[in-house]
Amino acid sequence: MSETPNETGGTVRGEWPLYEVFVRGKRGLNHVHVGSLHAPDDEMAIRHARDVYTRRNEGVSIWVVRSSEITASSPDEKDPLFAPSGDKVYRHPTFYDIPADVPHM
Amino acid sequence: MTTETPEAQLGQEPGAQQREAEFEAQFRRTIEAKDRIEPRDWMPEAYRKTLIRQVAQHAHSEIIGMQPEGNWISRAPSLRRKAILLAKVQDEAGHGLYLYSATETLGATRNELTEKLIAGRQKYSSIFNYPALSYADVGTIGWLVDGAAIVNQVPLCRTSFGPYGRAMIRICKEESFHQRQGYELLMTMMRGTDEQREMVQESVNRFWWPALMMFGPPDDDSPNTAQSMAWGIKTHTNDELRQKFVDMSVPQAEALGVTFPDEGLQWNEERGHYDFTQPDWSEFWAVVKGNGPCNVQRLAHRKKAWDDGAWVREAAMAFAEKSAEAAAPGADTDSPDSGAARAEEVAR
Repeated sequence: MSETPNETGGTVRGEWPLYEVFVRGKRGLNHVHVGSLHAPDDEMAIRHARDVYTRRNEGVSIWVVRSSEITASSPDEKDPLFAPSGDKVYRHPTFYDIPADVPHM
Repeated sequence: MTTETPEAQLGQEPGAQQREAEFEAQFRRTIEAKDRIEPRDWMPEAYRKTLIRQVAQHAHSEIIGMQPEGNWISRAPSLRRKAILLAKVQDEAGHGLYLYSATETLGATRNELTEKLIAGRQKYSSIFNYPALSYADVGTIGWLVDGAAIVNQVPLCRTSFGPYGRAMIRICKEESFHQRQGYELLMTMMRGTDEQREMVQESVNRFWWPALMMFGPPDDDSPNTAQSMAWGIKTHTNDELRQKFVDMSVPQAEALGVTFPDEGLQWNEERGHYDFTQPDWSEFWAVVKGNGPCNVQRLAHRKKAWDDGAWVREAAMAFAEKSAEAAAPGADTDSPDSGAARAEEVAR
């Protein structure tokens, strides 16, 4: 659940590094971020993820990645970052008026 | 930071104050729209502190909450009951971990929170300072204690801080198993002997008042509620949730064939709710301040588990570091290729 790769994402001496966990619910679905956990290494992170996030058959596949390896967009810059798509309403099908009697459209 | 940071000077810039005000306005708009605050958004320091305190307390409660029932795992009367109880206690550990993760998004560290708990500087729910004296308590805890927790937690799924709300959704899904296994256990005992029925009633008598206290002090005596509601952290007052719990529990008790130890408990047609007697709030404050039946024992046990586990945490870390060293290219050879291999590794 740490969407913040902050200093806790690195290795604090005496504390296992933080990992982000992604689970594929079933075949055909995306892996989805479900939370985070601490583990000494990648392999143990997978094992811990199984115990913490899939106790009830929640998934068929798990990804783990060190939180410190994630680069995230900055919330302060979200306006300039996403602005280019904001004014392009013509990308949506609802932008176009089609007479109601035209079938299958 | 190795130099005098630009951030430090930023504070004195005339534009900084204006930027701060813009952030605050954005935060307020998000809350008013009942949208979620996410970890990297700007938030008032007091909001962050309140959340860390509340979510850490919640996490600690799940972890300490393993103790009262954990005692009964080896004493469960059948393999079926043992497997159920084991799964339930394991869930509590999981719930603690989800919540610790949520606090970490606010900048707290796991070790720091555990150490604060052990030092008595952060609290956990007072209910876990009461002992589980009989096996019927396993059922009563599932029915009433987890039942009260569900009433508390369902509205928290829509709390304003995203990671906390998402942890609550996950927890609530699993909590329903906890309540049902408890109620089913009590139903089984109620179909048994007179002695078993007495055990259930005695257990319910002991847990009723502490369960009512789980919602926290009355609204008049809960100074943080107004601010937490303004921030969208809480969405209902303590008294509203307590009433809801009583209304839900009475018909369940009737179906089970037990009574609650409250002579003032009766349906109020006008209000459309049950009237009930308030628990002894002086007892509540005494337990919060550390004078409950099991406060010392609970913390001592947690400290022992933390201390005893230290070598495991260290050994796992040392093993991981050693394995990484051994796996690094050119770790034990000085072949001319090793430099190229390293370069390739970096390029990837």
